[in-house]
Amino acid sequence: MSAFFEYAFLQRALGAGICIALACAVLGVFLLLRKDAMIGHGLSHIAFAGIALGLLVRQWPMAVALAVSVAAALGIMKLKETAGLHGDTAIAVCSSLGMAVGVILASVSGRFDAALLGYLFGDILAIEPAEVILSVVLAVAVLVLTAAYYNRFMFMTFDRDAARAAGVPVRRLDALITVATALTVVLGMKIVGILLVAAFLVIPAAAGLQTASRFRGAVAVAAVVASISVAGGLLAAYVLDWPASGTIVIVSFLIFGVLFVFRRRT
Amino acid sequence: MVSPAAERNELVRVEGVSLSLGGVPVLSDISLAITEGDFLAILGPNGSGKTTLLRIILGLLKPDRGRIFVFGRPAEEFAERDLIGYVPQKATHFDPLFPASVWEVVAMALRSVRGRMSRAEEDAAIRRALDTVDMSAFRNRRIGRLSGGQQQRVFIARSIVRNPRILFLDEPTAGVDAETQDRFYDLLGGLNIAGNLTIVLVTHDIGIVNKHITKVACLNQRLVFHGTHDQFCTSGALKEMLAGGHHLVSHRH
Repeated sequence: MSAFFEYAFLQRALGAGICIALACAVLGVFLLLRKDAMIGHGLSHIAFAGIALGLLVRQWPMAVALAVSVAAALGIMKLKETAGLHGDTAIAVCSSLGMAVGVILASVSGRFDAALLGYLFGDILAIEPAEVILSVVLAVAVLVLTAAYYNRFMFMTFDRDAARAAGVPVRRLDALITVATALTVVLGMKIVGILLVAAFLVIPAAAGLQTASRFRGAVAVAAVVASISVAGGLLAAYVLDWPASGTIVIVSFLIFGVLFVFRRRT
Repeated sequence: MVSPAAERNELVRVEGVSLSLGGVPVLSDISLAITEGDFLAILGPNGSGKTTLLRIILGLLKPDRGRIFVFGRPAEEFAERDLIGYVPQKATHFDPLFPASVWEVVAMALRSVRGRMSRAEEDAAIRRALDTVDMSAFRNRRIGRLSGGQQQRVFIARSIVRNPRILFLDEPTAGVDAETQDRFYDLLGGLNIAGNLTIVLVTHDIGIVNKHITKVACLNQRLVFHGTHDQFCTSGALKEMLAGGHHLVSHRH
């Protein structure tokens, strides 16, 4: 067991994993209440087109993926407003388009290879020190953003019309949440992989929402569940010799299951 | 630009407002004024444009034609949002699993706009608002666990916590039983008189015309009537609405 803490790659996985998980969990509480649970999956599909485009033009695939994902996230927001589509429909339309464009671009560039998959699926056990720093920066940015706009995010999520009438700039803040989610998905995808990012955006937040009777409590529970999932999942993967990403998701689901059974009925 | 009418303590002036949605006229040439101290009921059948008018006054919709002045300023320039309280039509249609306590629901409105209050002053304002609607005992209760009438009282607390001078309510008693409605209107009447709060209430229920209402506006795409409660009770507008199957229960004494 003590060897677990001696491996530098495991320490990096733990540090970066918890940071990405915290960022996702906090954003996830807002996303779930806004009925945008599938945005993590959707944006990761769109990022696929961005990575493929970057590989085609041989210019920073991650930067291109970030730009494409942020633009697509804002496009999804606009589509919901102007086309009157439900959030999940707008996400499904854009993510399908992203996958289609990605497949075509990857095929045209002849880069349907391990490099492409490496960008998309990451590997929590292969994290570089620089990526740990990036994870810390991302987590701090998301936590600071949430703390700064906590009441406004909560008000517009709870009652959009009343928030607008009270002077809350809901469209600007919508864009802020959307861009923060796109950044978290793309950076998190490269660092810990699509599977973990999509799971981190939904499962801890779902655990928090069904457990807490106060908003602050839901965010706190989500953050704790996310952190325990990373630590417990890595440890279980080490002991059982299972794939780390899958094990972390299983642990977070088990915690979600336990909380579901024993949830407070306030 | 300041409307000359602002000097006469007019809080809201609507001038020649028209709006069509999808090519269908919703409001045609509406003009009315709301004066400080009014308890105005905007009446009309479903689909008459009441909610649309309210949303235009609040700046949530833009009219095709016409002008709105709020506290003497054109609505599009009006930024002092703490002067306005608003309880939307679907306030009680929120996600019942939303994890917000009664305290958080009131606090979110106060703390959403950067103010000059300290944390202690904010807490005191939230306590006062909850005391006013007699919901302090429920401060830690999840909002989704309250009855419809209790939720509406919390939403009133949320809308008055910033000490507005005018309060807009859109169909506030929909789905609430008659006894609770009476208590609710007594609460609003108290806020109107004792709290010197101007109240604008939108409803399709003519039974709201009770002892607390001072003015009535009847809307059916056009403004059919706009005057005092007593004028309304003897006007053709009342007969027209009664002929339309509406029922008036006047509790005015």
